[in-house]
Amino acid sequence: MGKTIAEKILSTHSGQDARAGDTVVAELDHVMGQDGTSPLTIDVFRKMGGRTVAYPERVSLVIDHSAPSPNEGVSSLHKLMRDFAREQGVRLYDIGSGVCHQLIPEQGHVFPGALVVGADSHSCTYGALNAFSTGVGSTDMAAALISGKMWFRVPETIRLLINGTLQPGVFSKDLILHLVGDMTADGATYCAVEFAGEAIQALSIEARFTITNMAIEMGAKAGLMEADEKTLRWVNERYHGPCQPVSPDPDAEYREVREYDASRLEPQVAVPHRVDRVVPVGEVEGTPIQQAVIGTCTNGRLEDLRVAARILKGKKVNPDVRLIVAPASRRVLLDAIADGTLTTIIEAGGAVVTPGCGPCVGTHNGVPSNGENVISTANRNFKGRMANSNAFIFLASPATVAASALEGKIVDPRKYWQYESGAGVVRGGSG
Amino acid sequence: MKYQGKAHVFGDDINTDYIISGKYKFKTLDMKELAKHVMEDLDPEFYEKVQDGDFLVAGRNFGCGSSREQAPLALKHAGIRAVLARSFARLFYRNAINTGLPVVECDTDEISPGDRLEVDLEAGKIRNLTTGKVLTSKPLPPVMLKILGDGGLAAHFLKYGDFHLTGEME
Repeated sequence: MGKTIAEKILSTHSGQDARAGDTVVAELDHVMGQDGTSPLTIDVFRKMGGRTVAYPERVSLVIDHSAPSPNEGVSSLHKLMRDFAREQGVRLYDIGSGVCHQLIPEQGHVFPGALVVGADSHSCTYGALNAFSTGVGSTDMAAALISGKMWFRVPETIRLLINGTLQPGVFSKDLILHLVGDMTADGATYCAVEFAGEAIQALSIEARFTITNMAIEMGAKAGLMEADEKTLRWVNERYHGPCQPVSPDPDAEYREVREYDASRLEPQVAVPHRVDRVVPVGEVEGTPIQQAVIGTCTNGRLEDLRVAARILKGKKVNPDVRLIVAPASRRVLLDAIADGTLTTIIEAGGAVVTPGCGPCVGTHNGVPSNGENVISTANRNFKGRMANSNAFIFLASPATVAASALEGKIVDPRKYWQYESGAGVVRGGSG
Repeated sequence: MKYQGKAHVFGDDINTDYIISGKYKFKTLDMKELAKHVMEDLDPEFYEKVQDGDFLVAGRNFGCGSSREQAPLALKHAGIRAVLARSFARLFYRNAINTGLPVVECDTDEISPGDRLEVDLEAGKIRNLTTGKVLTSKPLPPVMLKILGDGGLAAHFLKYGDFHLTGEME
């Protein structure tokens, strides 16, 4: 019987014939921690008897969740990370560098066939590059720092085959929201999910990250894609070591295979307070909003900002809406400055904040008021997620968020995203 | 070992933001301080109501969401002896075992708020002392039993200096 991507990567890294249900101890290629989890990791590292990090070159610590620090409690935890990084010789990405899940691939720490863990649940993002990557807690991360290894239960795999072509104005975010809604919040618990099919192949690498980023929202341990020419080109520009792309065998055993048709998909919105409560945008059209957020590890990449800028160009954000834009990294910020994307967004009324996670996780940079509605490109809309349990969070694509920011209510972005037939240029919006 | 305590009952999909909000967990490593805010978005009086040794009882997918280990730690420091749920999200489940908070997967539908429970972790039996009903829990995988038996992964590493799980891997 053949193997899935997950079984193959866990086999090569454990030296065993790993099959779903087995337990293995495997060597890690990279270990990541952020400022919400690393301070506890460092504390546990010492309590575990840790003296030195086994492979400092394979470790990245990222200060992104509260960056720059909004209060002295956070400041002292940041200092703990900086001191530890200096002492152990591990890489530290300090404030302004960006969101961990943008930085780790962008800085060349992930490659096809790699095994990566991150002390952040959205570490499944790197699966878009054909790496098995999963979120862990602080104690697991401390054990990984000491030993360079982690124990894994080899997961069963669910294969989601996406046929067809996304229509103009419909994006990978709409697709993954639809998939999460269909699979439900625990539909893939303990499983790996392979995303495949022509609709996935047609996506850019940036758009693919949006899909694997949200695998955890269906409970998955990892979201995986095969490496194609686009993947290898993207990786080769950033990573210069050896790598071995991994494909599933034709006779691999899956727990389930589901097929979808992307061609019929409309823009989607996840409504409060559940990520799997997903509806076509038409069902919530007209809902007033007071804040709009574009950014996060799901949708803060250059392509996302360009989509927003294209909709915002020459227009003004509704006076009753605050539009907050957080580019996913310093690189993204620089690129968005260089090509004029950011100028367009700022001229439209957007408030640009330091690359980081702030607004999504409620640490700072845009806490909503009681009773307010927020539309965001983030991946979670839990009650209280943005630090106010009396606010309501809707999740959507950058296009839907930008269009809604213009009108002060949730709208279908397709009216701002019309093409001249065959010409592929924007005709402009109706707002 | 058998534990007795009162049941505090919640529903399905209790995420880690509900267990301990991000607005607190980024600020401090003082788990006693975090414990005061545990579950507060769902029940502002939760911390006051919990007696040392009580159980948190929930439905499906308990602990979904983030990787924050502050979630099981804050529950533990609030006095929760074990969490009983119909199912758990993977990250919470791992973090709970690693930090020595027992997690019990069982049919929780017939447990009502305030019921007194007796939980026997080794035998996998939950006796509802209020209703007289007896529930059976799904056994923990051998690796997790070993780690929990050692007092969590930190204690396991302190004892062995590395992973020492060969006997537990099928």
